[in-house]
Amino acid sequence: MAIPTNVETTFLLGRLNWDAIPKEPIVMATFAVVAIGGIALVAALTKFKLWGYLWNEWFTSVDHKKIGIMYMILGMIMFVRGFADAVMMRIQQVWAFNGSEGYLNSHHYDQIFTAHGVIMIFFVAMPFVTGLMNYIVPLQIGARDVSFPFLNNFSFWMTVGGAVIVMASLFVGEFAQTGWLAFPPLSGIQASPWVGVDYYIWGLQVAGVGTTLSGINLMVTILKMRAPGMTMMRMPVFTWTSFCTNILIVATFPVLTMTLILLTLDRYIGTNFFTAENGGSPMMYINLIWIWGHPEVYILVLPLFGVYSEVTATFSGKRLFGYTSMVYATVCITILSYLVWLHHFFTMGAGASVNSFFGITTMIISIPTGAKIFNWLFTMYRGRVRFELPMMWTVAFMLTFVIGGMTGVLLAVPPADFVLHNSLFLIAHFHNVIIGGVVFGVFAAINYWWPKAFGFKLNRFWGKVSFWCWVIGFWVAFTPLYVLGLMGVTRRVRVFDDPSLQIWFIIAGIGAFLIACGIGSMFLQFGISIWKRNDPAYRDVTGDPWNGRTLEWSTSSPPPSYNFAFTPVVHGLDAWTDMKAAGAQRPRAPYIPIHMPRYTGSGVILAGLSTILGMAMIWYIWWLAAVSFAGLVGFAIYHTFNYNRDFYVPVNEVESVENARDRALAQGA
Amino acid sequence: MRIPFPLARLTALAPIFLALGACKMEVLKPSGYIAERQKDLLLASTGLMMLIIIPVMVLIVWFSWRYRASNRQATYAPDWDHSTKFELVIWAAPLLIIICLGALTWVGTHLLDPFRPLDRLSASEPAPDQKPLQVEVVALDWKWLFIYPEQGVATVNDLAVPVNREIEFTLTSSTVMNAFYIPAMAGMIYAMPAMETKLHGVFNETGDYQGLASHYSGHGFSGMRFKTHALDEAAFDAWLDETRAAGGTLDRAKYLELEKPSENVKPMSFAQVDPELFDRAVNMCVEQGKMCMAEMAALDKQGGTGLAGTMNTGALTRDASIRRGSGIAVLGSAPFQVNSFCTPEDSEKMFAEMRSTQPVTRNDPAPMRGLALPRPDNRLGIIDMPRIIQDARRDNAVEPKL
Repeated sequence: MAIPTNVETTFLLGRLNWDAIPKEPIVMATFAVVAIGGIALVAALTKFKLWGYLWNEWFTSVDHKKIGIMYMILGMIMFVRGFADAVMMRIQQVWAFNGSEGYLNSHHYDQIFTAHGVIMIFFVAMPFVTGLMNYIVPLQIGARDVSFPFLNNFSFWMTVGGAVIVMASLFVGEFAQTGWLAFPPLSGIQASPWVGVDYYIWGLQVAGVGTTLSGINLMVTILKMRAPGMTMMRMPVFTWTSFCTNILIVATFPVLTMTLILLTLDRYIGTNFFTAENGGSPMMYINLIWIWGHPEVYILVLPLFGVYSEVTATFSGKRLFGYTSMVYATVCITILSYLVWLHHFFTMGAGASVNSFFGITTMIISIPTGAKIFNWLFTMYRGRVRFELPMMWTVAFMLTFVIGGMTGVLLAVPPADFVLHNSLFLIAHFHNVIIGGVVFGVFAAINYWWPKAFGFKLNRFWGKVSFWCWVIGFWVAFTPLYVLGLMGVTRRVRVFDDPSLQIWFIIAGIGAFLIACGIGSMFLQFGISIWKRNDPAYRDVTGDPWNGRTLEWSTSSPPPSYNFAFTPVVHGLDAWTDMKAAGAQRPRAPYIPIHMPRYTGSGVILAGLSTILGMAMIWYIWWLAAVSFAGLVGFAIYHTFNYNRDFYVPVNEVESVENARDRALAQGA
Repeated sequence: MRIPFPLARLTALAPIFLALGACKMEVLKPSGYIAERQKDLLLASTGLMMLIIIPVMVLIVWFSWRYRASNRQATYAPDWDHSTKFELVIWAAPLLIIICLGALTWVGTHLLDPFRPLDRLSASEPAPDQKPLQVEVVALDWKWLFIYPEQGVATVNDLAVPVNREIEFTLTSSTVMNAFYIPAMAGMIYAMPAMETKLHGVFNETGDYQGLASHYSGHGFSGMRFKTHALDEAAFDAWLDETRAAGGTLDRAKYLELEKPSENVKPMSFAQVDPELFDRAVNMCVEQGKMCMAEMAALDKQGGTGLAGTMNTGALTRDASIRRGSGIAVLGSAPFQVNSFCTPEDSEKMFAEMRSTQPVTRNDPAPMRGLALPRPDNRLGIIDMPRIIQDARRDNAVEPKL
């Protein structure tokens, strides 16, 4: 489909009209599938009368555990979309040889690689990371919820709003065809006149509000809500890495927001911040977006470093080696991550001294990262390593990540980057660290904390099938890209004329197929485990199925809404191991009423209005933008007058929950 | 867990070893001295890192195996969590490697800076005191324009250069960012609108090599490739004669036509080129009457033109990227251009001044300062601002009071 030029704008619908609906068969078929699936889902929910349950127990929930789970579900759904994009690219690149144009035209293909990047980073990795932090951090620090429970719910729904906007672009209009960072002048109004880049901007802006607020929320939670006795240097490593990640979020997401605002001004009112003419500088955009973009990489990976630390210590049955150096390494990485952004564009032509500076700072980051790897290694040393699924993912991570780290340092050498930049070698590198580091870590975390969240373990067989498909699939899919990069093949290419390259793309395609099997097995694993959740082999009645070391394992699985009937008191690192060693008994009555936040629908409403505002701005429907903006401000003010925000869990309810836990423990023992 | 992890990984890595022998790994087997040096650095860095990567990978596998839960022979020390000796090693070992790599990087980056004239044509041959072959490159939507200013010819999507002669590429772009990359010759460099970048390279072997756009630039990006012919001296001269004989003129009007977006463009050649064309492309003033960026910058440097600057605007006669779509900011004013104050003679003088570059200075033996961004010289002092503006500014000048 060609981009419509000179679209008429009407008062009622802006530039939205019948031509905005893509008529390509692939999109139509996808739409049909999504529509049928959606209708079936809605029908099922209505038939089983689940709307009330979902609204009352989940959508309006301010419970950090439920919000964490919803984040993970959002990440999973978007992961399927992002992976579908990846598969389409793989097929196109296998197909488009020997004069064939493949099956995707450039308008479609260019949207796919842009959407793949945007979705995987903003709507898969970020929700996964935020979801994990949301679920685990308050439990690890012995808190009953986050500092600002309503804000947490609002943040989640803003992230959903952003995802909805990005997904809407599939069926109405188009998505950006610019690459995932939308560099101007290509993303400017002249080169990208239609709605694609506007979808990108508003999707990210709406989700970005959520991310920033959740960063503030978790940072304050970690600073202010730790259990008595838990000093900073007694925080579990996952909490430490989460803390650093949230500092990074709070310090960098405003840069992204501002950069996108400037781009919005260029596109909507004709300013010249990033145009090539009239004093604008596209290079400024590239600098600004990477000043956000590089720390973003560490925002994603740091919490997973925390996960690996928890998993390694737990499954080695041993204290984490070098806790202090682990903490300092994390802090070093946090600070250094601000000093390296220019390595993303050595080839833009900055001076040799500037390039060397940023190349060397980049290499310096590998020192604390290397120290972390050694710390995990020496945690295993003289341990009793149980190769449960989380530990398998962790070992796979270590072996995969060191290769990704090595190719990363290679790319940090500017002269080497001059031959490898924008090549498939680069693509292989960052998938090597993001899949090997972030995705493997998320899977380790899911297998590790699933019993905590739901009260039953995950199926091991299908977990292993998924593991091997993923690990082998990853290497089969990305090793060819390393090779192709060394052959001088660059990224985002749609059609090839050198037939000798095809074999490598075929191998990569096979790898993608193996990964698809891995994803399939994982969903099967979830399904079977849920099906058999009451089977004693799956059931976890102790609340501590892995012989864990930190406070989240001291409460029941799943934890009660208030997490801990009595706030735990911490005397050292690995608080729960200490308690177990000291033979500590669960505290008993007298229970006291527990002060908890009340659920509210305001987050859903505010995020809904923001999403409408975004869509209205994308389509130039000014009246709707004005109305939704007024509604947004009005409702936010109205919400501040809601004084009915908290309640006390009465003693008898606490008592009955705790007594049930006693019975479960007795039954398990 | 009975199967050691690395098995899967080794089998997965097998293709890489097969490929190294069998394939055209242009990055690892280049034909130009600069790419050769870049490859050397790539391999040296890999080697340095292997010093630590391999032991770590071996240890991961070994510890996983040795300390598996079922191995009751292995020592178990659940409370052992610190060792100053180990800590020292795990921080110092990577640090030492990074110090070596950092030194290599600092030197390599400066010596292989694309803006830097070559010291050598090959490992054995120092660069002669000869001016490099000039090639001006414009990234158009979606094809490459090559202008040979000294020879007065131009080509599209087809580059011919002599071997064993330094080539100095001067690059810009007409609308969006792009990157120029001939893997066999030297690394890539961005080509950006309203900006000029440089790349120095040399071919040491004759042959045909791929050249490509390596920075995504829009729908026609995939087809934006060209063949690079590295020819010996005689063949290059023959190629020049052929190109001249083929005819065709690339003037400003023809350029504006050529600049319109088109995909998968077949090679073209022009026997004559407007000598100002490249400078005008950089300064975004190929069309008649539009003020060049350089002129605007010079005026701004002198304090701007004040009110007069609001009057010398006109409707946009041409806008390169506007042809990609409708392209008007919905709430903004219509696109406009700033009209030039310069007379044609002024412009000619300005561009003549720009082209009179200093003779090539080969690098002194203390090369570590970089040569990427020389201080801008005041080559535009020649522009005479309209007298009226100068008078107005002088009258309004206020002495700063401290």
